[in-house]
Amino acid sequence: MKKKFNIEVDCANCAAKMEEATKKTPGVKDAVVNFVMQKMTVEFEEGADLNDVMKQVLKNCKKVESDIEIEI
Amino acid sequence: MVKLRKKQKKVLYRIIIAAILTLTFVLAPIDYGEQEKEIKFCLFLIPYLIIGYDILIKAAKGIGHGQAFDENFLMAVATIGAMVLGVTYTGDYEEAVAVMIFYQIGELFQAVAVDMSRTSISKLMEIRPDSAFIENDGELEEVDPDDVEIGTIIVVRPGERIPIDGVVTEGSSSLNTSALTGESIPRDVTEGDEVLSGCINLSGVLKIRTTKEFGESTVSKILDMVENASSRKSKSEAFITKFAKVYTPFVVISALILAIVPASVLLGLGMDPEYQMWIYRALTFLVISCPCALVISIPLGFFAGLGGASRQGVLIKGSNYLEMLSSIETVVFDKTGTLTQGVFEVTDVISNDIPRERLLELAAVAESSSPHPIASSLVRAHGQDIDRTRVTGSEDLPGKGVIATVDGLAVAVGNWRLMEHLGLEIGDIQSIGTTVHVAIDGRYAGSITISDIIKPESAEAMKDLKKAGIKKTVMLTGDADIVAKEVAGRIGLDEFHSQLLPGDKLEYLERIIGESGDGTVAFVGDGINDAPSLVRSDIGITMGSIGSDAAIEASDVVIMDDDPRKVAIAMGVSRKTMRIIRQNIYFTLIVKFLFLGLSAVGLVNMWLAIIADVGVMIVAVLNSSRALSYRHR
Repeated sequence: MKKKFNIEVDCANCAAKMEEATKKTPGVKDAVVNFVMQKMTVEFEEGADLNDVMKQVLKNCKKVESDIEIEI
Repeated sequence: MVKLRKKQKKVLYRIIIAAILTLTFVLAPIDYGEQEKEIKFCLFLIPYLIIGYDILIKAAKGIGHGQAFDENFLMAVATIGAMVLGVTYTGDYEEAVAVMIFYQIGELFQAVAVDMSRTSISKLMEIRPDSAFIENDGELEEVDPDDVEIGTIIVVRPGERIPIDGVVTEGSSSLNTSALTGESIPRDVTEGDEVLSGCINLSGVLKIRTTKEFGESTVSKILDMVENASSRKSKSEAFITKFAKVYTPFVVISALILAIVPASVLLGLGMDPEYQMWIYRALTFLVISCPCALVISIPLGFFAGLGGASRQGVLIKGSNYLEMLSSIETVVFDKTGTLTQGVFEVTDVISNDIPRERLLELAAVAESSSPHPIASSLVRAHGQDIDRTRVTGSEDLPGKGVIATVDGLAVAVGNWRLMEHLGLEIGDIQSIGTTVHVAIDGRYAGSITISDIIKPESAEAMKDLKKAGIKKTVMLTGDADIVAKEVAGRIGLDEFHSQLLPGDKLEYLERIIGESGDGTVAFVGDGINDAPSLVRSDIGITMGSIGSDAAIEASDVVIMDDDPRKVAIAMGVSRKTMRIIRQNIYFTLIVKFLFLGLSAVGLVNMWLAIIADVGVMIVAVLNSSRALSYRHR
């Protein structure tokens, strides 16, 4: 399943790091961060709980770049 | 004008305050006495913290999370180092503050530039309808288009945008379709006509029965495509991401070596090691360590290029395709609907003894009640209302034609079989298209040729492509050889293959792809029956088929109207974008490495290093935005 989220991220390099961190989160099959549109598309693994995974994604992203936001 | 977000405004105020304080401390004629270095340190610490506190905090957090090499950390190390050296070596504190100020200016500029290009593209694509109206007990109710189910009747008043694809059930109006097709002439619609979301209703109230959900409607599809386009990363973007990963560690390690090795060597040779000088140079290195200019300007360039293309009525599904468009060597065209209009019209009338207009008139009247497409072509060519009472008798001969009594004359209109049936000679006619023969009162009167019309832009499109350096243009068609030859000759194609069955087209395309080796092959079709070819080619381009889901699905580039010249325009946008991106890559790298070299030998101080770094980024970002505006020729 794929879902799009609005995000807030200030620099392109940070966006790349966010993408990396999201991809590594368990339950995430693939993720694409679109820096210019300020959107993130996350593809979840089969049977993953969307809310739990996204909470973890937000946590992991905050680790690599504290100054970001994801609208879950 | 530029509108700053709250967060950005705050940064701007901090920049101004820090700059004013720093200038005051530098210019104010204060006598510091003996403790000059220490007092100055405390004074300059104020603007330093005002401008840099968030970076210091982020750097600390980053270390906590094991993200040591991020740009916040590097800026923190460089500036703290500069402050410390201020006390022990240079006595110069404004440098550290200036580095922070310029760094923040750069970040702010980057954020604003991205906001601006996002706004300019959303404006371009301002076709998303916010609401739909449904009639409820005679009153209009505004609902979210997402909640409208298939088969619901929605009401669209003049001036409103059709939110969901559907069929008109009541009312007639004209529609402005320019958002979808780039076509400025309004289209008239009435009951039973299919209408696409995104069109603006101009005159009358329309009731529309929806045939799709909002998410599946044309307007949503287009927006999705544009929004997702920059997610498909191009080779250049992949390169930059890789480069950024190694660049920062490389600079940091070089800085470490610069701080330690020369001083140790000097010490080993028994000379003054000048530790502090080497550390200062190493810190300058760190200031140049952020790959920001590259990382920001490349996706921004692609984004602007995609926006520039959609301004021209060309939707490109991804940065990778935008990149590929610049290197097309062979373009393969489908004929019908792509190079020709796919509409059959009378192109020639040959009359033996009566005026040509009269021949056409009699044929049109005789055929006026026939549902055959050829009949409607004749009626259209005649161009006047037909009084059907003039037909007093009509006999339909299936597979041959019609024999009707018009104005008391026996008019036979049909193919050669009909003439044979009547025992008439037709002579040798070599015409391009379908020939309709006419006999009046048992005598052969002449013939009318009906053929698919070549688009007026097709020939120019080929010239444009040749000018753009395309090596080969090919046309594939199911038509007869004689028709294909004529069309190919008139348009100026290099090669054509005729009498192909739909399956053969794919085979020929594969052969062309094989012949071209590594060269990029594009296939241009109208999206009808050519999905396999669109997918098989390196770049599949469809035109004039914005309403067809299958076409949008299968193609990589969608030309919104049906102008074949847009292929060359899309290539032009692509080449301009790629040129800008290459300029940015080279310019940024050259400046970065130049300054790294100069700072290693002590020719550049931190001031110049940060100004160069931020300057490069600003120039690269401004350069990127040029991709948004493309002028053909």
